[in-house]
Amino acid sequence: MYRYDHYDQAMVDSRVEEFRDQTRRRLEGKLSEDQFKPLRLQNGLYLQLHAYMLRVAIPYGTLSGAQMHALADIAGKYDRGYGHFTTRQNIQYNWIKLEEAPDLLADLARVEMHAIQTSGNCIRNISSDQYAGAIADEIIDPRPYAELLRQWSSFHPEFLALPRKFKIAVIASQTDRAAMKLHDIGIRMVRNDAGEIGAAFYVGGGMGRTPMIAPCIREFVPVDQLITYSEACLRVYNRYGRRDNKYKARIKILVHELGREEYTRQVEEEFAHLLTQGIEPPLAELERIATFFADPPFETGLADDAVRSDPGFALWLDRNTLPHKQPGYAIAVISLKPVGGIPGDASVEQMHLMADLAMRYSFDECRVTHAQNIVLPHVRKADLFAIWQQLEAAGLGAANLDTVEDIIACPGLDYCSLANARSIPVAQKISRRFADTGKTAELGELKLKISGCINACGHHHAGHIGILGVDRKGTENYQLLLGGSEGDDTSLGKITGPGFDEDGIVDAVERATDVYLARRREGERFLDTYRRVGIDAFKEAIYG
Amino acid sequence: MKILTGNDLKSGAVTWWTGYDWSIHVEDAVDVGDEADAIAAREEGARRVNAPYAIDAERDANGGVRPAHIKDRIRALGPTVRPDLTLKPADPEAGNWVI
Repeated sequence: MYRYDHYDQAMVDSRVEEFRDQTRRRLEGKLSEDQFKPLRLQNGLYLQLHAYMLRVAIPYGTLSGAQMHALADIAGKYDRGYGHFTTRQNIQYNWIKLEEAPDLLADLARVEMHAIQTSGNCIRNISSDQYAGAIADEIIDPRPYAELLRQWSSFHPEFLALPRKFKIAVIASQTDRAAMKLHDIGIRMVRNDAGEIGAAFYVGGGMGRTPMIAPCIREFVPVDQLITYSEACLRVYNRYGRRDNKYKARIKILVHELGREEYTRQVEEEFAHLLTQGIEPPLAELERIATFFADPPFETGLADDAVRSDPGFALWLDRNTLPHKQPGYAIAVISLKPVGGIPGDASVEQMHLMADLAMRYSFDECRVTHAQNIVLPHVRKADLFAIWQQLEAAGLGAANLDTVEDIIACPGLDYCSLANARSIPVAQKISRRFADTGKTAELGELKLKISGCINACGHHHAGHIGILGVDRKGTENYQLLLGGSEGDDTSLGKITGPGFDEDGIVDAVERATDVYLARRREGERFLDTYRRVGIDAFKEAIYG
Repeated sequence: MKILTGNDLKSGAVTWWTGYDWSIHVEDAVDVGDEADAIAAREEGARRVNAPYAIDAERDANGGVRPAHIKDRIRALGPTVRPDLTLKPADPEAGNWVI
């Protein structure tokens, strides 16, 4: 994985000291909150319901064992013993003290991490496929391109005050595991007919109050023009994005209002101009970055199966591991969704264990997924049983990847000052309901996503089943959506009708799944059945 | 009644105006009437609170103070999904007060 050079380290270290000075001046009263707020937000420090919250960037979700250990240490030293992995492959700490934040950031910097650009109207952490470099279906590892974009977008002076925040995802396979088309820019690395590597650009996607699926504006950008084309996309947005209205300021609105053709025309015009300016970093830099993502020294001749004598292990093996590109290896997914648990939360002890497992069994690497789980990307199949035993002992052995129990949920009103309703208790009740009824395995792949407000951090628009919490005259109310998807077949869920209270929404979800079980055809997932039979059959069952 | 709340500048902890100081216990909050803006400006200027704001609340039969909106009740108690991290970790019924 990528390691900081002295420029990276110097930038992060100096930023820590700058923030230390800003914090000191705030605590001494030399800065007002109005003056200090944009400074702390630029360093990822929010003020939430109960305390300050720090969001730490995890570039494209990739962590070393040492970094995961450091995140655990921070949770113990500065927080209350846990962290929350987010839908943007980051981690958040919920109980941070302002006076300790500079020391925390210094601890992060020691392991080449920071919280810069995890808030504010700038280019946020670049996200990617959590199986990058391990899965067989990718045409190339997308992470070097994500890292190049990270370096380009970090402290980019032109893009630190955009009309609104800006999110980029990079993938390199036909299967989209990063919700790429629901980003401001989604980039799919592709190969053209000549066998050359390039990038397809999808621009203007997003969730939030106005969900949109990004259209493809260019099918092939040569790899040595990747940054130049990205800059052209950003420049047009920066020039014409709606700064007059926060709710219309995202690039999706600009692309929608201009139309794909006109936006693309302007981007191409800007691109042609920028090509004359020589802003593209030399290919040698991309090649330097790519060396950090070379395959680890895989063993050859390994047995390509795992002993399945323990039924619990066999279940986990079937549900939570994926084929690896290297024979004898597997991708193992650690579910942070125990039945009745808090999606995405991990304790100090659990984080230390995951760090140890990464170091011992996965070439010192783990990944955070946008579905709030952790991946061990390169595991020998022969080691899977030992890993599972340790996960089981630590409460991390849930065999429920991509099932109705593997729920994405934002922090909701239990933590977030923007939320209108709690998300986590609903997730807990749903996972308990399906675990109790024993239907989880029978339902198969079913992606359920819950947001506590219209900002959609819980990706409710993209859930096969989505739930949106709203405030109805001071009372929590939950709308049900069906038919969303964030994969190759990206689609937006539709609201079924009137909302429900907390218990009612759990019943409604179960009734929707009963329709699926009654009407599915061989091989159909919930989403397939929904698309075939339509929403009315589900509404009839849900509302009677 | 109107009560005044904010977060402690240094720790970020939720605090409530008691009439002469700030408390982490909502039951210590007093009715600020129409003085909220003046108190907030003075206390924020003195760096004893961050981002203060006034909310509606009511006094219950036991003399306790209950914010009108669920968001502020969650602020007053702590996250409903982590009773161990609330101000009343030993009270299994504490979450019912929020709902």
